Amino acid sequence: MDANATTPLLPEVLETMRPFLLEQFGNASSIHQEGQQARSAVEHARGSVAQFLGCRPSEIVFTSGGTESDNLAVFGSVRAGDHVITSAVEHHAVLHAVERLSERGVDVEFLPVDGQGVLAAEDVRKALRPNTSLISVMMANNETGVLQPVEEIGRIAGEAGIRFHVDAVQAAGKIPIDVASIGCQLLSISGHKMHGPQGIGALFVRRSTRLEPLSAGGAHERQRRAGTENVAGIVGLGAAAEYAMCSGGAERMRSLRDRLETGLLACAGGVNGGEAARVPNTTNLWFRSLGSDSLDGEALVIALDLKGLAVSSGAACSSGANEPSHVLEAMGVTADRARSSLRFSLHRGTSEDEIDRAIELVTSQVTRMRELSVVTR
Amino acid sequence: MTILPAKLPGTPIAVAMSGGVDSSTVAAMLKREGHELVGLTMQLWNQRRLAGQEGMPEQVQGRCCSIDDVYDARRVAEMLAIPYYVVNHQERFERDVIRPFVEEYLAGRTPIPCSLCNNHLKFDQLLLTARQIGAEQIATGHYARNEYDPERGRWILKRPADASKDQTYFLFGLTQEQLSRTLFPLGGFTKPEVRELARGYGLALATKADSQEICFIPGGDYKHFIDAYLEEQGEVVPDTAGELVSVGGEARGHHAGIHNFTVGQRKGLGLASPSPLYVISIDSERKQVTVGTEQELQRESLRAQRLNWISIAGLEGEMRAQVKIRHRHDPAWATLRTTGADEVEVRFDEPVRAVTPGQAAVFYLEDEVVGGGWIV
Repeated sequence: MDANATTPLLPEVLETMRPFLLEQFGNASSIHQEGQQARSAVEHARGSVAQFLGCRPSEIVFTSGGTESDNLAVFGSVRAGDHVITSAVEHHAVLHAVERLSERGVDVEFLPVDGQGVLAAEDVRKALRPNTSLISVMMANNETGVLQPVEEIGRIAGEAGIRFHVDAVQAAGKIPIDVASIGCQLLSISGHKMHGPQGIGALFVRRSTRLEPLSAGGAHERQRRAGTENVAGIVGLGAAAEYAMCSGGAERMRSLRDRLETGLLACAGGVNGGEAARVPNTTNLWFRSLGSDSLDGEALVIALDLKGLAVSSGAACSSGANEPSHVLEAMGVTADRARSSLRFSLHRGTSEDEIDRAIELVTSQVTRMRELSVVTR
Repeated sequence: MTILPAKLPGTPIAVAMSGGVDSSTVAAMLKREGHELVGLTMQLWNQRRLAGQEGMPEQVQGRCCSIDDVYDARRVAEMLAIPYYVVNHQERFERDVIRPFVEEYLAGRTPIPCSLCNNHLKFDQLLLTARQIGAEQIATGHYARNEYDPERGRWILKRPADASKDQTYFLFGLTQEQLSRTLFPLGGFTKPEVRELARGYGLALATKADSQEICFIPGGDYKHFIDAYLEEQGEVVPDTAGELVSVGGEARGHHAGIHNFTVGQRKGLGLASPSPLYVISIDSERKQVTVGTEQELQRESLRAQRLNWISIAGLEGEMRAQVKIRHRHDPAWATLRTTGADEVEVRFDEPVRAVTPGQAAVFYLEDEVVGGGWIV
């Protein structure tokens, strides 16, 4: 139950990809027939993704995933001496990118969020400076699912004439995205968070937005992303976008998520960001041990995994161990409570049975850990 | 007659995996015996934290929690098809091992981080994590033996078959509860035999080098580590420079800080003398380091506090035991006598060299660990 990490590739998506991994192995830049077939498939997918985001096909740049899309948006937009506004709860793909910029003479401002994890759009307006060149704010948070007021921020950015990037990786496939109503110039999505394959993503780049490419090489993707196209991946992303537009499973996910949340609140201390508007698939709960002690979330994750339930807590560091969550910290959650917090995230295929089994497993494991804390204290 | 710890059926055994030969061999051995296992590696310290600070290496090739070691452990777990997890105990390690390590040196003592890590991390936090995830026992690659004696009703920690690898000195702090849940599968093997076993199990790391130095100080330069750590913490490195004095109290010179010294040290005194001079004692309050001859380094007794008893419930009156005062020390016969709540006096039959505050005094009877305490 960790769909915000990745979602299963849909069989029908795989079917659309298969020919391009096997017999139709053309390079989309070649002039011959094989190449033209690949090109045609890429452009068909571009059309699907454009429709999915409400933009023109020519405004879609295919990348290797969410991280590259975010990096391209950030590094491609900013120069030394600029001022950048972002939030404290962004994904590391944005946070670490702007941190690197700040080492190169860019002034980066991390706006705080409230106790529910929401950024105040007015704070963005107040933070604007004459040399502000980019505002980058996520649409939905990966850990809590909390939504940011991107349309409001888009209006503020538009009035000030400042470029606005939206990391929509965790929103795509869960809520509708329309780049026109957001009013952004740049928006990132990733294939594998929406039942497409891993290793493919896209960046919406509004027409006439100047963007410095990350890599030097061929003239692919309108000179914005050098490198031979990942044809099968692009086709898969296109198919995943089409599926997301027609499947309409969001309400079902919401009701299952709510059922999970209600079931778990019998033993959980509460929901992090539970009072904010959220994507329909995510809940982030914290668990109390006995008295005021918090439960060890890391042990809880492992114990549940050994019983066949995959959930996550915090972010993984290079060794694979858990690191404290910067998102919960920015929300003012105590370190203890953050350590006891678990993220459950559903995908469109999650079943009612899985939800009920999850409630049962978590409840019995939390009970077990509480009993143990009595014995070992 | 003693009983080896039984491997409880029905619950997995948690194997503490470091990515080294010993713990990997333990995992392979238990797997071959058919036990259900869970591999756990503790992330204890981030080497990059102090990398590049003054006196600290720029590139981290260290052994502690390096990505390479985790990679090795993970590969072994994959090969054995056992679930494997890295657990983050960095905060606890900093609080219970790094901090005391720094503070002990600044107080003129010579700490043993491995014992602290065993007491507070491996056999406490890791065992707790193991139990929380449903494993009732942990197995480690330590060279030691652990048996239950029904007559005494106690768990007994014993020296291993390979005397040159004996790690019981670092394990004297284990409680009965901890011992009852711990397996030391390598206790009956020598290191060459373990390498042979590792080869037999097809472990690619059978020839991997042993770890030597303190795991969180690659290169072993603890003085620079202390400076770098305090600086990172935004704390002032206390000025502990002072005088070098003779045993009689006369001034012999100056030193740059007491944490540069350990009892018995000969190098780095910067004194000219016809006969070799050694650090005899360190007075942290007066910032004085007393130097003297080999003869003056001999001690007939010591006091140990914060005791832990293993083969006996506690000491009443006196007892005879062999006492080890540092890891590389042949145990010396002595008489132990209770001199206070949680304190014993150890009186040696023959004087011993360089009794060092901060180290452990571990009491043995033949191959059993009776108990131990911290030298004050």
